[in-house]
Amino acid sequence: MIRHLLSAADLDRETATLVLDTAGQMDAAMAGREVKKLPTLRGRTVVNLFYEDSTRTRISFEAAAKRLSADVITFNAKGSSVSKGESLKDTALTLEAMGADAVVIRHSASGAPHRLSRWVSGSVLNAGDGTHEHPTQALLDAYTMRHRLGRLDGLNVAVVGDVLHSRVARSNVLLLHTLGANVTLVGPPTLLPVGVEGWPAEVSYDFDAVLPKHDVVMMLRVQRERMNDSYFPSAREHARRYGMDARRMAMLPEHAIVMHPGPMNRGMEITPEVADSPRSTIVEQVSNGVSVRMAVLYLMLGGSRPEEV
Amino acid sequence: MSFNDPSREAGKEFGMTEHAQDSARNQQVFPVDGPNGQVILTGGDIARIVDRIAHQILEKTRGAADTVLLGIPTRGTPLAARLSRRIHAFEEVDAPAGALDITLYRDDLRLRGARAIGPTEVPPGGIDGKRVILVDDVLFSGRTVRAALDALADIGRPRQVQLAVLVDRGHRELPIRADYVGKNLPTALAESVKVLLREIDDTDAVLLAKEPGAAASEAAAR
Repeated sequence: MIRHLLSAADLDRETATLVLDTAGQMDAAMAGREVKKLPTLRGRTVVNLFYEDSTRTRISFEAAAKRLSADVITFNAKGSSVSKGESLKDTALTLEAMGADAVVIRHSASGAPHRLSRWVSGSVLNAGDGTHEHPTQALLDAYTMRHRLGRLDGLNVAVVGDVLHSRVARSNVLLLHTLGANVTLVGPPTLLPVGVEGWPAEVSYDFDAVLPKHDVVMMLRVQRERMNDSYFPSAREHARRYGMDARRMAMLPEHAIVMHPGPMNRGMEITPEVADSPRSTIVEQVSNGVSVRMAVLYLMLGGSRPEEV
Repeated sequence: MSFNDPSREAGKEFGMTEHAQDSARNQQVFPVDGPNGQVILTGGDIARIVDRIAHQILEKTRGAADTVLLGIPTRGTPLAARLSRRIHAFEEVDAPAGALDITLYRDDLRLRGARAIGPTEVPPGGIDGKRVILVDDVLFSGRTVRAALDALADIGRPRQVQLAVLVDRGHRELPIRADYVGKNLPTALAESVKVLLREIDDTDAVLLAKEPGAAASEAAAR
């Protein structure tokens, strides 16, 4: 297993499949249990280092680590010495001195986990860095697809909306490509990143045209907090051209599912009737997130450390 | 003679059962002594042992009411299923079989790389208030069974826990003993016991091999 999880590209097909299989076993191991806790990571310390707001990822990592009996320290940048001007490196050295076995980091700067991995001896898990990557989200999305549709190989997945600002999109494209799915990115040209031609994915500007041949439609949140420019004429126009509504849902194949990494802007990229329909996997994605993160923590921390062998 | 003395008990075995004949027929190619080791039990022997343990369970538990058989993956799982089928065939009692994975409860996780997790399947009805019989292929240091007892405690509260193993090879490191033993096999630490089962390995056999360096890795594996 890999030492750090910084990018979805760190996972080859074999490792990614192992993570998904392990997540499935974690799910089964926790189902119907009296004590929802496993002793596997007893005595290991996991630090959650969150420089950016997050609800589900932070709680999900915390729940995963606690269910494996690890000690969890959650560090929110607000109200810590970061607001007094401490640098990432100094914070990292503090964590190092405390003996963290793993650091889960969310940061607004792309590449922050990568830097951190050179300063600490424990494992670093990227929980979202700027507009770059969010590998555990990609894993839980892949797990959800496999769970619902039974396979990933040959699956047609459309990733729709604000691809430019989305770390979820980038990680998903990399991981799904590794696992043999075909990805189509859909959005207005202004919300597709420069160099998208080089990604292992198709690109389309016409949402309606791609609907009938896709097994999965993954809606992305329109990230207004990262937009300092006008990327589209108006919210209403964006919703009309690239929003998921009942009419579009009806154009999908019978078995197709609609995903969203959350948090959603209801009425913007997805209408409430789609979000609350049986085709939507939004709530499942959250509960699968805990199983997938347990699997990742187990595989990265459960065994021996390379230097101990 | 003691209840769990299979080497002598196996001698006074009743005639070959239909089940044993079936599996003996499936053993067209018998494993032979060779580079993989010396054959300790053949497919026919294993079938007879499974039959005997099924009878012993029925005898010792007075009819195997409220009994659940939990196999420890990998090879305990098919053994538990076979015992369950034999118990049903002998007395039409349902003693459901399941699987209990113990990987996440091992005490040696930090000594080795992270392992793949096996399946855990508790039969419907759970284990609360039931008699649970843990089933494994080889009893060695006893650490697997210790982990299984921990795992069991997190799933529920059985009324009683018993242990059935196909081979007891000695070298216990913990105060653990089996209630039902297929065969007591005195071994040296440097030897390895390999159990092959049809469901996984396409053949039934127990092999004993001398492997240089096997002692260390086997000890670590237990």
